Amino acid sequence: MAPTIGVLALQGAFREHTAALEKLGATVCQVRLPEDLLGLDAIVIPGGESTTISMLLESSGTFEPLAELLTNGLPALGTCAGMILLAKEVLDGRPDQKCFAKIGIAVRRNAFGRQIASFETNLDIKNLAEPFPGVFIRAPGALILEPSVEVLSSVKLDSGEEVPVFCRQGNVLATSFHPELTDDLRLHKFFLEHL
Amino acid sequence: MADGTNGSESQVGTVRVKRGLADMLRGGVIMDVVTPAEAKIAEDAGAVAVMALERVPADIRRDGGVARMSDPAMVEGIQEVVTIPVMAKARIGHFAEAQILQSLGVDYVDESEVLTPADEAHHIDKWSFTVPFVCGATNLGEALRRISEGACMIRSKGEAGTGNIVEAVRHLRSILGDIRKITQADQAELFDWAKQLQAPLGLVQEVAETGCLPVPMFCAGGIATPADASLVMQLGAEAVFVGSGIFKSEDPAPRAKAIVEATTHFRDPAMVAKASRGLGDAMPGLEIGELETKLAERGW
Repeated sequence: MAPTIGVLALQGAFREHTAALEKLGATVCQVRLPEDLLGLDAIVIPGGESTTISMLLESSGTFEPLAELLTNGLPALGTCAGMILLAKEVLDGRPDQKCFAKIGIAVRRNAFGRQIASFETNLDIKNLAEPFPGVFIRAPGALILEPSVEVLSSVKLDSGEEVPVFCRQGNVLATSFHPELTDDLRLHKFFLEHL
Repeated sequence: MADGTNGSESQVGTVRVKRGLADMLRGGVIMDVVTPAEAKIAEDAGAVAVMALERVPADIRRDGGVARMSDPAMVEGIQEVVTIPVMAKARIGHFAEAQILQSLGVDYVDESEVLTPADEAHHIDKWSFTVPFVCGATNLGEALRRISEGACMIRSKGEAGTGNIVEAVRHLRSILGDIRKITQADQAELFDWAKQLQAPLGLVQEVAETGCLPVPMFCAGGIATPADASLVMQLGAEAVFVGSGIFKSEDPAPRAKAIVEATTHFRDPAMVAKASRGLGDAMPGLEIGELETKLAERGW
């Protein structure tokens, strides 16, 4: 049976994730309120503005029940703002910004700079034969806090520093970039295959 | 700047990253702010971005005179206090203002009819910039002309500074209604549509095929209440700009938050009702028929 994937649809690029997952045969449920969380096999937290999504999670009463599902092992994929929301720590967020703390990384928001520094690059990703089109938009970067976090891809800055941009811990995946803005479905496929 | 691990060059300013930021703002509210203090209120209320300008449209309308780009010091002050994207307005055709805004590192430039136009025939060549641009449109032809010049986001113009939603509705219905008609047209009719709209044929054909603009379409100009936000989102806008509607209302902070809520839950009347309760007075509205200047008529 096709899995039912929740896509958090409070703000941001939830339409693209919905389209990508449906192309791969998943049933998608857009999540705006706590009742939308029933019967999900996994959740996708899209790109958007993390401070806005964090506030809307709180005001809609969705934060607590989603946090509980994640604690009970609901698989998750977070892209960009979604990576920030899944991270254990936000280094430069708002003091009231809430995170689910489901992957042992700290994130720096806009780690690569403002919009004029937003970029595209071909990424080598572990377990993928061909490079993946990486679209980075005011993207966050990760710092690994726990040894069980696996870095599947990273980007080298001009300074020589390697910034992890695709991390996995158990069944939680987080990317700095936006696979949903490309036609390449390999990353969504990878997520569905590892539920 | 960054390189991929495989050593390939990274590229900035691509169409995909320019349109991509607009995609990330969908379902959100972009708020006009004049000072860092207002920007902080906007961010605290859940704005997805702020728009820096010298005066809000209601004040431009009241005080008259030439309205220009914001003081760079003010733009920088706003960038310092918020972590969300900062946009700023440049005058139509004023590419030097746009260059300055790009050098300040603003995240989006709004080539805006709300400011006094600098060129009565030409818009900015937006392809020549790394920073993405948003432009206003009152109809599909205008939207496609702006896209052909490199705009990566379109906002329906409405009539800024009036607190009156009627023009925003007119422009949204015009753009989206024509898109619906074009999707039904045959190939021969598309040539005529391109001629009527004064828009490039290629873009007209693309719209006919996809049934939507090639860039996100947001709504601006006259949104003053959560219900206004719900209305334009249901009509097909993908996000909203609120200008005078927040900081010219009786109590800006709760109104800003309420408009954010209504934009997310726009299809849920009970949620919009909940957001609308007890907000105090909205900004005083203006009748369109009594206006001396219609800002929406600027742009060519």
